[in-house]
Amino acid sequence: MTGLPNSTERKMGLVIDLDTCVGCHACAVACKEWNTGGYGAPLADTDAYGAEPSGTWLNRIHTFEVAPQAGPAQVVHFPKSCLHCEDAPCVTVCPTGASYKRVEDGIVLVNEDTCMGCGLCAWACPYGARELDALAGVMKKCTLCIDRIYNENIPQIDRIPACVRACPTGARHFGDIGDPASAVSRLVAERGGMDLMPEQGTKPVNKYLPPRGRDGWRDGGDAGEVNLAALADPEPGGFLGWLDRALERLG
Amino acid sequence: MAKATQPELELSPPVSDEVRQTTCYMCACRCGIDVHLRDGPDGSKRIRHIEGNRAHPVNRGVLCAKGSAGIMQHYSPARLRAPLRRVGPRGSGEFEEIGWEEALSLATGWLGEIRHADPRRLAFFTGRDQSQALTSWWAQQYGTPNYAAHGGFCSVNMAAAGIYTLGGAFWEFGGTDWERTKLFMLFGVAEDHDSNPLKIGMGRLKSRGGRIIAVNPVRTGYNAIADEWVGITPGTDGLFVLALVHELLRAGRVDVGYLRRWTNAPWLIDRNPGPTFGLFVRDGAGRPLVWDRKTARPQPFDAPGLAPELKGDFPHPGGGRASPAFELMARKYLEPEHAPESVAARCGLSPGRIRRIAAELARTAFDHAIVLEQPWVDFRGERHDRVIGRPVSFHAMRGVSAHSNGFQTARAIHLLQLLLGAVEVPGGFRFEPPYPKPLEAHPTPHCHTQPDYPLPGPHLGFPRGPEDLALEADGAPARIDKAFTWENPLSVHGLMHMVISNAHAREPYGIEVLFLYMANMAWNSSMNTGAVMEMLTATEADGSYRIPRIIYSDAYSSEMVAYADLVLPDTTYLERHDCISLLDRPIGEPDLVADAIRWPVLEPDREVRGFQSVLIDLGARLGLPGFVDDDGQPVYRDYADYMVNHERRPGVGPLAGWRGADGKRTGRGAPNPDQLARYIANGGFWSAPIPEEARFMRPFNMAYQEWAVGMGFYDAPKPYVFQLYAEPLRRFQLAAEGHGPRQPPEHLRRQVKAAFDPLPVWWPPFEEAALDPGEYPLHAVTQRPAAMYHSWGGQNAWLRQIHGENRLYVHGSVMAGLGLGDDDWAWVISPHGRIRVQVRRMDAQNPGTVWTWNAIGKREGAWALSPDAPEAQRGFLMNHLIHELLPPKGDGLRWSNSDPVTGQAAWYDLRVRLEKAAPAAAAEPRPGRQKSPVGQGPDTVEYGKEWT
Amino acid sequence: MHPAPSIVVFTVLSGLGLGMMAWLGLGLGPDGGAYRWLASALALGLTGLGGIASTGHLGRRENAWRAFSQWRSSWLSREACLMLAAMAVFGLHAALWCLGGLRLWPLGLAAAGLALATIHATAMIYAQLRAVPRWSATPTPALFVVSALTGGLLGAAAAAGLTGASAPAGWTALALLLDGAVWVWWQTAAAGATRGAKGSSMETATGLGFMGRVRLLEAPHTGANYLLDEMAFRVARNRAFELRRLGAVLGYLVPLALALLAPVLGGWLLAPALVAHLAGMLALRWLFFAEAEHVQALYYGRR
Ligand SMILES: Nc1nc2c(c(=O)[nH]1)N[C@H]1C(S)=C(S)[C@@H](COP(=O)(O)OP(=O)(O)OC[C@H]3O[C@@H](n4cnc5c(=O)[nH]c(N)nc54)[C@H](O)[C@@H]3O)O[C@H]1N2
Ligand SMILES: Nc1nc2c(c(=O)[nH]1)N[C@H]1C(S)=C(S)[C@@H](COP(=O)(O)OP(=O)(O)OC[C@H]3O[C@@H](n4cnc5c(=O)[nH]c(N)nc54)[C@H](O)[C@@H]3O)O[C@H]1N2
Ligand code: SF4
Ligand code: SF4
Ligand code: SF4
Ligand code: SF4
Ligand code: SF4
Ligand SMILES: [Mo]
Repeated sequence: MTGLPNSTERKMGLVIDLDTCVGCHACAVACKEWNTGGYGAPLADTDAYGAEPSGTWLNRIHTFEVAPQAGPAQVVHFPKSCLHCEDAPCVTVCPTGASYKRVEDGIVLVNEDTCMGCGLCAWACPYGARELDALAGVMKKCTLCIDRIYNENIPQIDRIPACVRACPTGARHFGDIGDPASAVSRLVAERGGMDLMPEQGTKPVNKYLPPRGRDGWRDGGDAGEVNLAALADPEPGGFLGWLDRALERLG
Repeated sequence: MAKATQPELELSPPVSDEVRQTTCYMCACRCGIDVHLRDGPDGSKRIRHIEGNRAHPVNRGVLCAKGSAGIMQHYSPARLRAPLRRVGPRGSGEFEEIGWEEALSLATGWLGEIRHADPRRLAFFTGRDQSQALTSWWAQQYGTPNYAAHGGFCSVNMAAAGIYTLGGAFWEFGGTDWERTKLFMLFGVAEDHDSNPLKIGMGRLKSRGGRIIAVNPVRTGYNAIADEWVGITPGTDGLFVLALVHELLRAGRVDVGYLRRWTNAPWLIDRNPGPTFGLFVRDGAGRPLVWDRKTARPQPFDAPGLAPELKGDFPHPGGGRASPAFELMARKYLEPEHAPESVAARCGLSPGRIRRIAAELARTAFDHAIVLEQPWVDFRGERHDRVIGRPVSFHAMRGVSAHSNGFQTARAIHLLQLLLGAVEVPGGFRFEPPYPKPLEAHPTPHCHTQPDYPLPGPHLGFPRGPEDLALEADGAPARIDKAFTWENPLSVHGLMHMVISNAHAREPYGIEVLFLYMANMAWNSSMNTGAVMEMLTATEADGSYRIPRIIYSDAYSSEMVAYADLVLPDTTYLERHDCISLLDRPIGEPDLVADAIRWPVLEPDREVRGFQSVLIDLGARLGLPGFVDDDGQPVYRDYADYMVNHERRPGVGPLAGWRGADGKRTGRGAPNPDQLARYIANGGFWSAPIPEEARFMRPFNMAYQEWAVGMGFYDAPKPYVFQLYAEPLRRFQLAAEGHGPRQPPEHLRRQVKAAFDPLPVWWPPFEEAALDPGEYPLHAVTQRPAAMYHSWGGQNAWLRQIHGENRLYVHGSVMAGLGLGDDDWAWVISPHGRIRVQVRRMDAQNPGTVWTWNAIGKREGAWALSPDAPEAQRGFLMNHLIHELLPPKGDGLRWSNSDPVTGQAAWYDLRVRLEKAAPAAAAEPRPGRQKSPVGQGPDTVEYGKEWT
Repeated sequence: MHPAPSIVVFTVLSGLGLGMMAWLGLGLGPDGGAYRWLASALALGLTGLGGIASTGHLGRRENAWRAFSQWRSSWLSREACLMLAAMAVFGLHAALWCLGGLRLWPLGLAAAGLALATIHATAMIYAQLRAVPRWSATPTPALFVVSALTGGLLGAAAAAGLTGASAPAGWTALALLLDGAVWVWWQTAAAGATRGAKGSSMETATGLGFMGRVRLLEAPHTGANYLLDEMAFRVARNRAFELRRLGAVLGYLVPLALALLAPVLGGWLLAPALVAHLAGMLALRWLFFAEAEHVQALYYGRR
């Protein structure tokens, strides 16, 4: 039913590293590929070869440009899927009970057998993480690959989300964000993992690791300049003089 | 809430009935894939999903967006279904389906005739070919000089500069030591071929706290995650790099010991004016000499126990004077013209920034050196207890190579690597087997033909001097693409982009059959696309086509298909045998040697055949030596049979793994009948680790040299040192200065003399020099989208949702100046043409540069898309603005828009200006519509429905 | 937000029907036979019609019945349950009244209560969505309840007018004025309740505010998708202005005028007044959805 559990045994989720994401879309396509033949109805595509191709995706990659106070503009690639919020408004609004948050691991799921496709949960989600499938008429969302992560037909090492397995840069991390000792929690602590739209009060489980500082050497333009010659203190006679002595040393 | 109210979930649903492991071909990276198959409703095997093969050396389990969309590629509605014979006019797309027997006898007829008359009348060019070992051999046995793959318009600058300097190049010949490097500098790369390894590597580097410097006018993708972004002005990397060289020299921050031992820096250069000026000084046995401080005499460079001089002026043993190459080099780059102050403005950087970067390179290389306690013995017989690592690594690609100064710019980057001692050392750039390979281990070009006879040797090679050019006795070009001529002497990959225009112009001669494989030459792989379409359809007075016959092999309904007379439909990459061979473009990694196969993990459901098998069949029908035995019977059943049983040299074949009757030999060994079974059992690839003591300093490391001989890379050890000073270039320069029997025509003397400097030089991009930059103030470039592969990703129902149309990205300042807003229409005007496109603002780029994603635009009717598809309406190609020739200079000549050394197409020299256009519905130009021989794709896709 | 016709029609019609139930339940209006029938039929009919319309946009109608199950947590579910209850109780009350002529006031009171609760539940479906400030940061419940009651009163009055009974035209006019005032109040609040009203911005959405100002460079896809169609709906300014004016005129001014003329020219005038009011309400309700901005569109660069 659509009440939220007061607490979940674990908080499984994704930690996404915005410092290393190159925006390659591999996770988004791998997600579509795994899920279209997996949990629930296929992720349909309409006008697939026509003028207005559209389709259902559970993970999409946005690209933002950020203009800092000083220095050149930066580009940040930004994957977005369901954040499996602790206070998930998408769950409480659901009239049919199809939308629920699992007690075991906090994964937010849609039970497609009972979903009536009203779309209210998608309205309730501040993040645009739910998409109503045009052909199946049911609500689709990231399942955290629930049909992979516990799947005994899959080798242990592969019991991770399809997007995490595919990501070439290793920018996606999967684990129990509720367990402070977990690798993901440590990553979040070290790198100052962020919540998206905290003001919406959804308490997202997924965290985003901010990009590290860029363009540091530009600091003060020529001010930050380093005189290489000073580092090498070449004796009088310039480079070739210095070379002489270097060769002496080498014999 | 009570858990009881949660629905019961099947947490362990069955995934697939079977997993078949093969090699991806959604691009040239050649990752290993696990194809999960599941029975469809009709009981036939269907793909459940595709994921990366964790054991595979290339991708180690990861997969990119294209690879993950393999399902949509394999089941694409654009797949060709049967051989096609043209019934309508060229370009119309009107075909009739015919049987294979008819198709093959047609082709055999056309090809047999001209082989007997004049083999040069066949031009066989093979685009994105991963089977060049076969296709080149076929062309050689056929006897035409006119063969090459797509390298000439792709990245020959990079490959040639690498081979002539290091004996190996970036990408498939070598890569970064990702586990050890601390500073990675990336020049002009958006995706590159080894995209997954690059992404894996950069991810690892960052997780270890390493730093990345990206030199690129545009800050997307890899460049977006770089710690330092150098938004350079296109075409000026050479200046920038030589300024770094200047700084390192000025400060004495160069690895003298490394240069002295492992490069030709100490080799003596002849200073006596005349035909030998600038060549190496050699002893009687032809061994280059160095000046030894200990004995104060010239000694062969490879003698043990030397202390070679790097500077000074010494007596030439044969009289006159000689100086070490390094002295010439140091003097050249210490000149003030190379100082940061002199170049910064032109590069769009500040002098301080350049100095700062030089300092970081030096600091990382020398103050953070790695010491690896790995004893090894060099070719001089000297034993070393350890290897010193310089943890700075470099990678460069088309941003450098797709310019008319790309060859020397790439050389400059290699020079920088060598000054830092950062090649073949821990943390630096390391080769991947079968590389390193010295120039001497490569063939020279062959071009002399006679009817019904094979070519005496391989078409493509590495000229050592003018004597190796592909010229007829009268100096006329021997090849249709004019490769290996004075216009581009080192065009080591041929010049596929010149074939159609030359064949059309009957320059140097006309051809009868144009035979193309896997290259969309009527569209995105040609410059000046519109004109190329006209050339392909141009007719004589009698109505016959100027290029009489066109045979083309494609797997999908591309733009080029519409221009073929005979279409040989290929399978998809999951339906055929293929081999990624050490004889061809290898997939080795620094610490291991590897090759791989593709095999039919699914059976074709159409009348299609793997092109390589078709080529072997044609070879047999034509009775080509090697393809038929003495009594004219086919030697190979198909490509699979060839992969196993063909031998280039005794015991050396396409595949190195599990050779020998018992399958116990690697590298060399007799053919093994169940070799393919062993590959399949191993996941579709073979790999063997390189012995520990043979992993570094390989050009000089005897343990590696002997191992390489054992593997069959070459038949005797071939140690060598890196070539800072490139003597082959000097030989061409001497010819231009009036020495030797073969000299460039007068109008090319100056160009050859300037371009063939044996030490890296920079010159302004030709197009820029040929026009008024005031009139065309902007640089225009394209980038590879990570989620698209050239034209062929457009048919993919998933990928086209991501990149269904493209915009021109323009800097905010330029947008403001022209009163342009996002999605407004603008004319982009080059000296050659104009296109009308939609613009979008982007500030994270060089202000003087505009760019777009490559090859998104499609021709109406192609790729089984509806004619009103966004790709065909708003998507566009930059190609219409780029010409294979430079704008006329008024000297009555048309100069080629390419690198004067290699002939590499200078895509990124393009200069344009923008004009605001009236609101519009579609881009311009939109060259016609083609009829689809395969109909149009379905309205909806619900893949996997049968299982859900 | 995408103004699904089914929802626009539903909220307006049911709202009005429920409003009538409330008044009739409270025993408002005359007791004439024809009036009984017409008024009750209108109340039940409009509510039922709206209820049916509301299933129009469902992807899986066969599961609609499940919407009655989550009354504990879901306002939409509560609305469904309450509406059914209201119709049932009012139905019984109406049956007794029309057939037996007796107006059981406890039953009527219950029906009125349920009807009001239903209207409030409907309003709360929107008012609860923090992601849509135009609904959650404005007096949406007041807007829905007052306009439903006004519509209801007008409906009852029209029924009276048509059946020749004495219609509470004056009260209706007063209600219309009040309703108009509430609408103006809501509209002024809504004017400021943009996407960012609750402190959300592209910076908070991406967490990149600490780096600088954020703008969208590339959307995840060049084509359309559900998120954009559903939650990034855009109306042209002048189109919205036109509709709002039309809504004000048809929804308030015209009915008001007719209501004031009714005592003079005859109660039947309240019928056209009701029709005009309905049309006006449909226009304004369409805008209620169409002009509402969803924070998720921040990820698509809509500030
Ligand atoms: N996903 C995907 N991968 C591909 C391909 C594909 O189509 N899609 N194509 C494959 C092929 S055929 C090739 S050749 C490789 C090419 O791989 P890349 O070399 O990555 O090719 P481009 O996308 O042309 O990238 C050129 C880069 O250089 C930059 N650039 C342009 N001019 C200059 C310059 O003067 N200086 C510098 N420093 N940078 C400059 C451009 O902004 C761009 O980022 O990619 C291969 N991999
Ligand atoms: N403006 C601009 N133009 C460029 C470039 C650029 O950077 N900017 N890059 C240039 C470069 S580096 C390159 S390499 C070229 C690439 O351009 P192309 O060489 O044309 O490569 P593709 O467009 O990928 O497709 C080649 C053809 O191969 C076909 N094909 C795909 N799979 C198979 C198969 O399995 N079998 C067969 N037989 N055919 C198949 C496709 O359908 C397509 O028709 O583009 C060049 N053009
Ligand atoms: S991200 Fe959206 S869909 Fe996912 S749990 Fe949070 S609110 Fe619900
Ligand atoms: S769409 Fe389905 S899951 Fe979402 S609220 Fe409606 S019934 Fe619940
Ligand atoms: S966890 Fe699974 S469902 Fe969620 S985004 Fe990743 S791949 Fe898609
Ligand atoms: S796969 Fe990894 S790198 Fe690529 S877009 Fe997704 S998260 Fe970013
Ligand atoms: S990089 Fe992607 S497309 Fe290319 S081979 Fe690897 S997985 Fe396939
Ligand atoms: Mo290429």
